[in-house]
Amino acid sequence: MTMPEGVLDLTYWQVGLAYGFALMVLVMLKRRGIPREKLLVWATFRMTLQLVLVGLLLGWVFDHPHPLLTALIVCVMVVFAVFTVLRKFREEMGPRLKKVVMVTLPLGTLPVIFFFILIVIQVRPYFNPRYVIPLTGMIIGNSMTGISLGLRSMIDHFKHRHREIEQWLILGAYPSQAVDGVVNSSFDAAILPTLNSMLGMGIIFLPGMMSGQILSGVDPTIAILYQIAIMMGILGGVSLTTYLFLRFGSRTFFNKQHQLVQKA
Amino acid sequence: MTDHNEVLFKFEGVRYRDVLFIDDFAIPAGKITCITGASGGGKTTLLRLLAKLVSPDEGTLTMFDESLSERHSVMHRREVALLSQQPILFPGTVADNLRVGLALEGKDATDMDLLAVMQSVRLKQALDADVEHLSGGEAQRLALARVLLLDRPVILLDEPSSALDEETESQIIQMVVDIVKAQGKTLVMVTHSTQEARRHADVIATLENGRLKGRDDHA
Repeated sequence: MTMPEGVLDLTYWQVGLAYGFALMVLVMLKRRGIPREKLLVWATFRMTLQLVLVGLLLGWVFDHPHPLLTALIVCVMVVFAVFTVLRKFREEMGPRLKKVVMVTLPLGTLPVIFFFILIVIQVRPYFNPRYVIPLTGMIIGNSMTGISLGLRSMIDHFKHRHREIEQWLILGAYPSQAVDGVVNSSFDAAILPTLNSMLGMGIIFLPGMMSGQILSGVDPTIAILYQIAIMMGILGGVSLTTYLFLRFGSRTFFNKQHQLVQKA
Repeated sequence: MTDHNEVLFKFEGVRYRDVLFIDDFAIPAGKITCITGASGGGKTTLLRLLAKLVSPDEGTLTMFDESLSERHSVMHRREVALLSQQPILFPGTVADNLRVGLALEGKDATDMDLLAVMQSVRLKQALDADVEHLSGGEAQRLALARVLLLDRPVILLDEPSSALDEETESQIIQMVVDIVKAQGKTLVMVTHSTQEARRHADVIATLENGRLKGRDDHA
């Protein structure tokens, strides 16, 4: 048996057939009287539109590679990630904590991205968008999730362990000492999903990037090497970003007089 | 040594939210000052101001003539220890909880030191006993032992938790008073019981709806 060398081309008709699954769900929703039909149609439409637009954009970018263009796209991804976090926690964050998100997300992800692209993968030319954009996207996306998990955990700790943190202050702790436990358990909460996904990888599921590469005809051994490398990159990005965020973010829960404030 | 006629804390036109309004009040050094009054009168807030856990919105609060807002908060709290109504113990052993405050300053204590301070508050637990199994009164005494080990010159004692029975509460207050007197420290104590206040205090101040209603100097 021979393996296909390249990609099996999909026709529009074939993709059209896949929409049959959405139709199936629509029928199920209607029959059960679950009022989600509108969302299903909207989600299907948006997914299609967004992917078509991104496909066109990426196609154009790959045909016109330029360092500034790659840099611009990386910046847009970082900005988008920052705003996603800010929007998600709009009500619970004060201005100081928002600033910390704005600074630490780029500060944590960009060094990891540079190291990963330039030293680990050694992309040639260094701005090659075909590599830089997807790899950067994975690192930024996961780091954004890491910050969100760490932030959720930290806000909950400050809400529910308020008295314990204050007890540390009473005993003569600096704020950084008083929040040691909070930072540690929030960091743990943030990196746990990444560690868990590493545990299940290859056995419970095949990761997206690796599946994609295999589907497009890449030798599985190469796909695996890429996957291992990107997982390490993701782990590094998530850890560094979350750590910086928690370290600086936790300080915003105190004022200049080292007193606990209600909302950072 | 503390000069016993010296003013330690001084309130001038102090206002904190709509909880506390103190125009003029001085707390002497090296003495026992009791703050009494009905609950919700601002007694605990007064101690929190003294421990610099919160700061006045208006007016000045000084310690030895130095405004608290000018004092380094952490260093201030390393001189002024607050024993809250319900002190928090951290998960772990009795010894862990005793050492925790010293560790913040990079110091340590021998097991002998720990046993001595345990004895002074009449706790008989083993040093490696889990604090989870302590009763309310024992937890309060352990928290007291932790403060004593830190050897702060000023102790602020909020009335021990209402969860404690009167006898235990009275015992704890007596213990603190004895230690404070023996070591020449300053004690500011909040209590709803005028009886307790009369028994121990050099100065009694009564707070009502956040305002000072009376001051009685026994000394």
